[in-house]
Amino acid sequence: MIPLSWYLIFAAGLFSLGLFGVLARRNAVAILLGVELMLNAVNINLAAFWRYGNVADMTGQVFAIIVFAVAAAEVAVGLALVISVYRSRNTVVADEIDMLKW
Amino acid sequence: MTTAQIIFLVVAAVTLASAFMVVTTRNLIHAALWLVATLFGVAVTYALLDAGFLAVVQVVVYIGAIAILFIFAVMLTRKEMRDQGPQLNSGWWISALLAVLTFGGLVGMLWGWRGMDTLASEMPVGFDSINALGDALISPNAFVLPFEVASVLLLAALVGAVYVAFNPRSGDSRK
Amino acid sequence: MTTETLIWLIPLPPALAFFLIVLFTNKNKALSHTVGVGAAVLSWLASMVVFFRALSVEHLGEHPFVSSVNWLPTGDTWFRIGVAIDPLGAAVLFFVSITIFMIFLYSVGYHNFGQPAGDHDRKGLPPHGATVTDEHGHQHVVPSVEPMYSRFFAFLGLFAFGMYTLVVSDNLLTLFVGWEIMGLCSYLLIGFWYGKPSARAAAIKAFMTTRIGDVFMLLGIGLLYSLTGTLNFREIFGNEELMHTLATPGTTLFGLSLAGLIALLLFIGTVGKSAQWPLHVWLPDAMEGPTPVSAMIHAATMVSAGVYAVIRMFPLLSLDHNTMTVVAFIGTFTAIFAATIAVAQNDIKRVLAYSTISQLGFMIAALGIGAYVAAAFHLVTHAFFKALLFLGSGSVIHGMEHGVLHTGNHSVDPQDMFNMGGLRKKMPITFWTFLIGGFALSGFPLLTAGFWSKDEILADAWANGHLAVFITLATAAFLTAFYTMRQITLTFLGEPRTKEAEHAQETPWTMTVPLMVLSVFAIGYGWVGIPEDFPLLGGLLPSWFHEFVGGTLAEHPEVIPFNPVPLTVSLVVALGGLLLGWLYYRNVNSAKEDFFQIPLLKNKYHFDEAYQVVFIGPVIWLSEVFTKWADQGVIDGILHFFGPATGGIGAFIRNKIDLPIINEFIGDGLAAVTQETGRTLRPIQTGRIQQYMMLSLVILAVVGALLYFMLGAGL
Repeated sequence: MIPLSWYLIFAAGLFSLGLFGVLARRNAVAILLGVELMLNAVNINLAAFWRYGNVADMTGQVFAIIVFAVAAAEVAVGLALVISVYRSRNTVVADEIDMLKW
Repeated sequence: MTTAQIIFLVVAAVTLASAFMVVTTRNLIHAALWLVATLFGVAVTYALLDAGFLAVVQVVVYIGAIAILFIFAVMLTRKEMRDQGPQLNSGWWISALLAVLTFGGLVGMLWGWRGMDTLASEMPVGFDSINALGDALISPNAFVLPFEVASVLLLAALVGAVYVAFNPRSGDSRK
Repeated sequence: MTTETLIWLIPLPPALAFFLIVLFTNKNKALSHTVGVGAAVLSWLASMVVFFRALSVEHLGEHPFVSSVNWLPTGDTWFRIGVAIDPLGAAVLFFVSITIFMIFLYSVGYHNFGQPAGDHDRKGLPPHGATVTDEHGHQHVVPSVEPMYSRFFAFLGLFAFGMYTLVVSDNLLTLFVGWEIMGLCSYLLIGFWYGKPSARAAAIKAFMTTRIGDVFMLLGIGLLYSLTGTLNFREIFGNEELMHTLATPGTTLFGLSLAGLIALLLFIGTVGKSAQWPLHVWLPDAMEGPTPVSAMIHAATMVSAGVYAVIRMFPLLSLDHNTMTVVAFIGTFTAIFAATIAVAQNDIKRVLAYSTISQLGFMIAALGIGAYVAAAFHLVTHAFFKALLFLGSGSVIHGMEHGVLHTGNHSVDPQDMFNMGGLRKKMPITFWTFLIGGFALSGFPLLTAGFWSKDEILADAWANGHLAVFITLATAAFLTAFYTMRQITLTFLGEPRTKEAEHAQETPWTMTVPLMVLSVFAIGYGWVGIPEDFPLLGGLLPSWFHEFVGGTLAEHPEVIPFNPVPLTVSLVVALGGLLLGWLYYRNVNSAKEDFFQIPLLKNKYHFDEAYQVVFIGPVIWLSEVFTKWADQGVIDGILHFFGPATGGIGAFIRNKIDLPIINEFIGDGLAAVTQETGRTLRPIQTGRIQQYMMLSLVILAVVGALLYFMLGAGL
């Protein structure tokens, strides 16, 4: 049988890879890819805690479903923003999109 | 080592390797495809956790919709970058350090937790997790409100995405 | 509606009319006079209803119509105000409402309603006439409408409100309020043609002179209130113990009793209001106002109000013999004094003004000798015939102005009697009504109201043994008849002395109808007061007035037994005066031929000049001294020191504290620090999302680690 720790460490690794992608990639689309990895890592945790806790309590799965919905919304809006920015500034490099600074 | 453990280790290794490729490969199309691979690995992990519904949703929603959306986005914005030049920031090693520290921190925190070695209890006989999930999602005593809020959130995101991505110069065919 | 409610409502319509005209209808002349006259009609109707209901009540004096409300909280009790109509009030209300109504109506014609606007009329000046072209192409100058027509009706309305308030009041305070409203309106209406300097001066003079009296009256009211705790007539007069206390002599000033002192103070108010010597000077000048005003204020209502107030306070007045003597002296002296001046006046309205002062003197004298009913009786009859005479004189002036406009010779004074003559043919209605009024004033025997009332005063004086008063009043009555006949002769009889008089014209119906109505009362009202035991006529008609008004007092005044001496005197002076006046003046054609143009009389005994020297001059001198030395020198000097001193302190604080510390150090300093901090910290905000994220992650890690180790150690 697989101990809970395996899943957790796996999820932590996935999360850290995603974090690296978010922090290090120049391309905004790639940053969003990293975010997806992080969300998946969280979902693994939720599912794992459901399975290793009280199976009759569906909270973990429900949260995972809602994370799906939020991830879908986030991707839709995020990519729309990237495309919109790309249209107006001809770039998808996150460092160059700095209109919000002083 | 049981069969399940071996399967888990293989799946985890493949998944993490794919994820590593996602964040490092130069070609974004490839990165998106590696993401698909990663998501498949996660779907298998759900299956290993007896969460069949989540596994299916993972395949349908993530791979079927989100990953394809990424590929479209990459193609729409590709003209400029052409996969040339560095794909990582100049300070990428700080990011790497932070990621490693995060991983270390998480594992370090988990290490001292006594629930780490818990084993999964047997699934109760006759327990239908999909049925239970459905009940939980639409039961007034449980999660019907978050469920409905999530639907509103999706609608709002839909409208917002259309509005943000809409190109007034070329988008309106009626003009 | 109950009678009490009706009494409350009587003063209301004119007040409403005032506000309506002032606020809404002043642009529309027809609407304004409709509102004004309508209000007068309403009040008149209400007054008539109240009067006739009062007649039907037995012993109204003991049970008057009263109604009052709490008005002012005074500690534990309330000051109550209210209305009351007793026999005296009813009689006064009767003549006041009729004369006010007539004057409203008369004003419509007097101010030339329906005529075109003047060619160059301006507000504040009498209308100068308008040029119109008839169908034959001839140009005529016709009278033009008064430019401030609506305003006149508004003021009249307010005035009527004051008079009605005064009459229906059951206490001295609201009586005083009405009294002061009339004082204000008097000022406004005398100065109605404020473009004329003389009108302005007259208005101020009237206001200031009556003010002197009013101040004393207010003192009297205050004294009365502080002693009795009430100002209600019935409460004061009905309280015998209180009256007795007040009547105790020798407690105050000059050995007067308190009652005497109060009555004297109130009487000084009347001296001002009713133009008695020595405060008579304003009334002749008040003739500067439009003639309806002269009729209203200076004949029918306001001066009557003064006498009314004294009659009202008679129970108090009669408590002190000394005060009665003062009142009798002033009244008698004024009667003869004003009558002598009237003989020498040429202005038709001024003659009437002095005759008014003289007649008011008769009433005051009557009160002074205790002839309560006679005074009230003369008050009523005088109001009728004097209103008639004034309105008649206004009609004459109006006719003469017509003549002046016709000839275009504006140097002719349309008010000078020597420019008139022969007007009886031109203005028959005015002539006959003026004749009736004049005969009533002279006391033409048996027929006119003036005879009965004046005869009663003389009879009272004789019967009560006031021989000096009797002789003086008889002389004054003789002079009255004389100057009245002089006036009638010069104005109406003989031949026209000027072209203007030849072209005089009868006035419109709105002016003649009031004359006719008033002449009915000038004759008929005397018949309600014929003494019971008068030879032949006595007893034909009940002596209603004596019975009715006498009932106002707790002790009904005794009826004077008939005595042939005063009757004979009265007959002789009236007929003799009239006859002599006619005989002498039918041959006089100009002021130079008139023997009675004595400078001393003509100049009114130099009272104006004397007051100028004795009072006005010193006051002005004192004012100038105070202006120059006290105000400009001392006060301004102090102020001029304080101004720069304050400025210096201000400049010091500003330069030494405000500018360097507050502004530069705190104000500018804070701003500079903030700005510098912002400039220093600004580079942190790169606008790069990944750097933000990294930073937040680092901080999260640091904080998390800290929490973990610190709390974890504790855990």
